Amino acid sequence: MILSQTIGNDGKALAKKPAISSEATAGKISIRDVSIVYDPEGTHVVAVDSCSLEIPAGEFCVVVGPSGCGKTTLLNAIAGFHGVTSGEIYMDAELLCSAEKTAKPGADRIVVFQNGALFPWKTVLDNIIYGPLIQGKMDRKEAMAACHELLIQMGLSGISHRYPSEISGGMRRRVEIARAMMNDPKVLLLDEPFRAMDALTKTVVQKYLLDVYDVSNKTVFFITHDLDEAIFLGSRVIVVTSRPARVKKIINIEIPRPRDFRVLTSEYYRQLKEETLEAVHEEAQKAFEAGEREMA
Amino acid sequence: MEPEKMLHSEEAQALAEQGQPPMPEEEEMQPLTWEITMARIRYALRTSAPYLGALGLLSTLLAYWLLTEVFKAPLFAKIPGPVAVADEWFSHHPMFGISIYSSVYYRHIWASCWRIIQAFLLATVLGVPLGLFMGWKKVFKDYTFPLFELLRPIPMLAWVPLAILMFPGYEASVIYVTFLGSFFVTTLNTLLGVESIDEAYFRAALCLGSKPRHLFFHVIVPGALPFIFTGLQISMGYAWFCLVAGEMIAGSYGLGYLIWNAYMEFQEPVLIIAMITLGFLGWFSSALIRILARRLMQWQVREMA
Repeated sequence: MILSQTIGNDGKALAKKPAISSEATAGKISIRDVSIVYDPEGTHVVAVDSCSLEIPAGEFCVVVGPSGCGKTTLLNAIAGFHGVTSGEIYMDAELLCSAEKTAKPGADRIVVFQNGALFPWKTVLDNIIYGPLIQGKMDRKEAMAACHELLIQMGLSGISHRYPSEISGGMRRRVEIARAMMNDPKVLLLDEPFRAMDALTKTVVQKYLLDVYDVSNKTVFFITHDLDEAIFLGSRVIVVTSRPARVKKIINIEIPRPRDFRVLTSEYYRQLKEETLEAVHEEAQKAFEAGEREMA
Repeated sequence: MEPEKMLHSEEAQALAEQGQPPMPEEEEMQPLTWEITMARIRYALRTSAPYLGALGLLSTLLAYWLLTEVFKAPLFAKIPGPVAVADEWFSHHPMFGISIYSSVYYRHIWASCWRIIQAFLLATVLGVPLGLFMGWKKVFKDYTFPLFELLRPIPMLAWVPLAILMFPGYEASVIYVTFLGSFFVTTLNTLLGVESIDEAYFRAALCLGSKPRHLFFHVIVPGALPFIFTGLQISMGYAWFCLVAGEMIAGSYGLGYLIWNAYMEFQEPVLIIAMITLGFLGWFSSALIRILARRLMQWQVREMA
């Protein structure tokens, strides 16, 4: 329970973090009063409504909320795929986006997509080394050596010359995480990355993600609507309201790292899940009713 | 297989410099292209498909023979039967001068093939980049697409008189009409190919630090390839169509001309010979494109294997 005091809602508690995360100095995300409105065909849709959230550098932050509530919209704004209507998002001291400025997508904030976006026309190796190569950060030899190391770390050795279509879904997700890590990003943005995965494969991939996190201590912004996944992975679980997204509840997960599956059966875990479930269920109910209204 | 082998040794070298042994487990993981092809052929021979195909072909031939030469059905009264055609086709002294032993026959074939090669290559070289560019730059598409959509539906035959007026001699006119037919199909399919690329690949590439030129060469071109090759297949078929139409109207060589000439001169067996020859050439040219597609799109081949 050392981590218990270290994870706070504000950056101040960060100083108390234990040794494993001490190297996380960059990658603090600060979302200040952000609203995102979009108008597809004249309908005024408020996807995110004055949402504020501080994610300290090196935190594993999980956002849960009902489907279509605006979680992905928020993630896309951080990644730079679209702008915000009002408010600001900062990364460390740098203004990422505001009403006037849309963030430019870049290798400091790498997204792992819901349905996966490994280039099917590139081998695993070429996918992984793509980033550093085109940015000119490494030459091919260096990149290949780094890739090889990373693949071993992710339990993927021996597949570097295969195409994504030749490997299993679980492997593809790991390759995608490896491709992201290869760029040494400040922030990892994961948009329901394990959604389409069966429960058994999921646990394996989650474990690899946790290992990578424990070693690197990148800031992670993880979106899911699987509560078990949220609690098992996250340092903090942010429950957001159904559309428009607002922060409803923040639950600190004080399970020590490195984490183990055995924790899933503990009493503490059960309590956390109950707490989360209560908050989420209310929103899910609202989202469901809103959906019924829209359909009618 | 060369590029892949190079990759292997390149990587092995990089690892060796790091003092690590090369990865032995990767050695036999690469099935060679011809091995895949052989495996696919062996597999195909175990299924019923090739035998059913042969059966279909033979029974059609039998029906054709029965209708024309045995029962002499009224509808087929003027059509030469398979025996008559084969007699002419494989004769050392063909009645109408066209058989596998006559050089004129090959001259017609080559005339058509050479026109197809020129027209198709030109259409591909111009159409693919144009389609890619239209898909890449929205502004460019906004400029060109309406014009493109206006010209595209004009049937290729309608272009023939214009082509004859424009170009000196028949040769250029026929090639021009063939080119046009092929060009529109290739361009449109390439454009559709670019538009079919999942937005996630662009986003992923941007996240990984891509500049516009990286997007073009690493996402747009490979992402559009499957559509481009589908387009080339259709375009090749269309090119033959336009070629034969063009040759029937203009020209003094080529299979289209041969067909028309045979019809005018009541040389019915020649008509059938030229038609079957066109069938073979069409099939062969499509097969060439498929082979090229497999070579360039290894990722799809392996998926199917």
